[in-house]
Amino acid sequence: MTTTIESPELIEPEEPGGPDAHGPGGHGPEDHGPDHAHEHHGPTGILNWITSTDHKVIGKSYMITSLVLFFISGAMALVIRGQLADPTSSLVNFQTYNELFTMHGSLMLYLFAGPFAFGGLANYIVPLQVGAPDMAYPRLNALSYWLYLGGSSMMTFSFVVAGGAASFGWVAYAPLSNSINSPGAGTDMWLLSLGLTGFSAIFTGVNLVATIFYLRAPGMTMFRVPIFSWNMLVTGILILIAFPVLFGAVVMLFCDRHFGTHIYSVSGGGVPVLWQHLFWFFGHPEVYILALPYFGIVTDIIPAFSRKPLFGYRGMVFATLSIAALSTGVWAHHMFTTGVVLLPFFSLLSYLIAVPTGIKFFNWIGTMWGGQLSFQTPMLFSMGFLFAFLMGGVTGVLLASPPVDFMTHDTYFVVAHFHQVLIGTTVFAGFAGFYFWYPKMFGRMLNERLGKLHFWFLFVGFWVTFVPQYLVGLRGMPRRIADYLPTNGWTFLNEMSTVGAMIIGFSFLFFFVNLVTSWRNPVPAGDNPWDGGALEWFTSSPPPHHNFTHLPPIRSERPTWDYNHPEHRKDESHGDKRHREHEQKEPETVGAPS
Amino acid sequence: MRVNGSFLAVIGVFFAVIGIVYWFWSYEDAGFLMLMGSALLGILPGGYYLWWAKRMKPLEGDEPEATVADGAGVIDSFPGSSIWPFLLGLGAFFATMTFVFGLWLAPIAAALGLSAVIGAVVESRRGGTV
Repeated sequence: MTTTIESPELIEPEEPGGPDAHGPGGHGPEDHGPDHAHEHHGPTGILNWITSTDHKVIGKSYMITSLVLFFISGAMALVIRGQLADPTSSLVNFQTYNELFTMHGSLMLYLFAGPFAFGGLANYIVPLQVGAPDMAYPRLNALSYWLYLGGSSMMTFSFVVAGGAASFGWVAYAPLSNSINSPGAGTDMWLLSLGLTGFSAIFTGVNLVATIFYLRAPGMTMFRVPIFSWNMLVTGILILIAFPVLFGAVVMLFCDRHFGTHIYSVSGGGVPVLWQHLFWFFGHPEVYILALPYFGIVTDIIPAFSRKPLFGYRGMVFATLSIAALSTGVWAHHMFTTGVVLLPFFSLLSYLIAVPTGIKFFNWIGTMWGGQLSFQTPMLFSMGFLFAFLMGGVTGVLLASPPVDFMTHDTYFVVAHFHQVLIGTTVFAGFAGFYFWYPKMFGRMLNERLGKLHFWFLFVGFWVTFVPQYLVGLRGMPRRIADYLPTNGWTFLNEMSTVGAMIIGFSFLFFFVNLVTSWRNPVPAGDNPWDGGALEWFTSSPPPHHNFTHLPPIRSERPTWDYNHPEHRKDESHGDKRHREHEQKEPETVGAPS
Repeated sequence: MRVNGSFLAVIGVFFAVIGIVYWFWSYEDAGFLMLMGSALLGILPGGYYLWWAKRMKPLEGDEPEATVADGAGVIDSFPGSSIWPFLLGLGAFFATMTFVFGLWLAPIAAALGLSAVIGAVVESRRGGTV
């Protein structure tokens, strides 16, 4: 069924009165009476889900699927930590251990962290933030999800085929991943699932870019687009740069394995290190494909809970662009120890990324500075992100230095570093976003007390897990080993890390209880429970089929705030120079003696 | 359009510059080619947008003073529901499984894929459910 969508109607702002005049969260279109013009009539039940092209249904499907994979992968991490808790542990055999760390990394990085952000949250939130009725290509969007589900299933179920799952680590270095060292259908399924999910990501990237370029509501200029959507635009472009390279690399590896080519094998004149070049040309932008959406989430949350506009909006946009551009030129800092890469070039560009990232931190702190801070669950998780990512980032600066990297490469120091970066972003900021937008998606609140318990257990468990890993790495423990000697002196630190991992696992019980409580005893959320400023808070919770029946005038990056707080409204709050000059002159004109 | 085109073009130029520096410093061809490919990915669409930005009326979304009334009318036709993406995804799944479990899956993949492509095209032409 195809629906022709007309523009929403305009709601003019009313007289100053603030949110008190209209209830706690300001008001939205439901105050203007029901509007059934855009009601959706389609299939019902499971057919409704299978045939849906609504970005909100697809976004929720992405989120649920990726969260299920996150918990499966998290369970694998607990088994890995169980194995390492004791030097003589035989919880799993070595082959199973290799499969577990490979699949843990693969599920987390390829199937949870990215898809949760650009397939889940972005799919749901970006069209709402820019005032669009849907993504630009709804059927392509649905196809993205089905490719992702197919690829995810293929990778997850590769455990049950003969020979087991892939066991060469999530980076699949040649020649370990060739047909001699890694025979079996599990490895092939791993490679093919990357092909399917890679195309899924590319289609989502195309959709995000086209939606933000072409479907912005009237008045929603590029410099009024909320930072989360800006970051998703840049993420979409990074996806278009990175994923085709991964696809090409995977196809060539598959050809080496099955069709007699020798692209990565020395015996036939190939170059094994080429895999590393191709993989990391995808892999390092991928780190920022995973990070930028989560930066965007936090950048939308901090102003809402500081009751201030974002400090340095344009600085944030340019910092995001700089990070994206630099991230594409630093791939070989993962390859310092190969001895065949240009150390000063990659080291310098890697150091430079610290500058725009520092600008972001400065702006986040600047936004909170002098604000009316309230530490509700989304804000707490955002604070957790700031601390976790800062630690991960600082150790990243250390690793950008070749001499330090030579000493710590392939040790637990690196494992601790990237877990701090990735858990900081995908878990702390990801759940910040989930707690923040859950009321919008489902029209009901999550429990604050349970949310805060979730945060504190996660936060404590996170540090207890990963600080010992830095230390054990500095004492020389290599990554990807299933066993070590009691005389190595690594036992206590590993025990501590395992206790931390158990605390992290325990923290998610509060999350599950919270979800169940929210469904059994729903507390209605209203349209705008956090008094947010972006356009998604203007429509109902959950939004109607094509998102908006009415729109406010869009004169800043906070149109809903402007509408609900006309006494604070200021056109172009980050605005252009001419306008600011006009504002500065205005009092003089008014106060000039006649 | 001007802002969009500019930032794509600037990113493309950045890749071109570091790509050239990288080549003359390292003479490593894989990285150089990937950087040049990324440069084109920025410069080609960025240049295209900038070319059009000078020649076409600005979009309502690019007008700072535009009101909802300026964008009144039909935005576009959006499919409310469609079975074809699911069938195409299923076809792609079977097609990739063919490489692991054998060619006997290929006819299923081809049937699903072809029917989905034809169905989606017909659906677009008719503007409704097929």
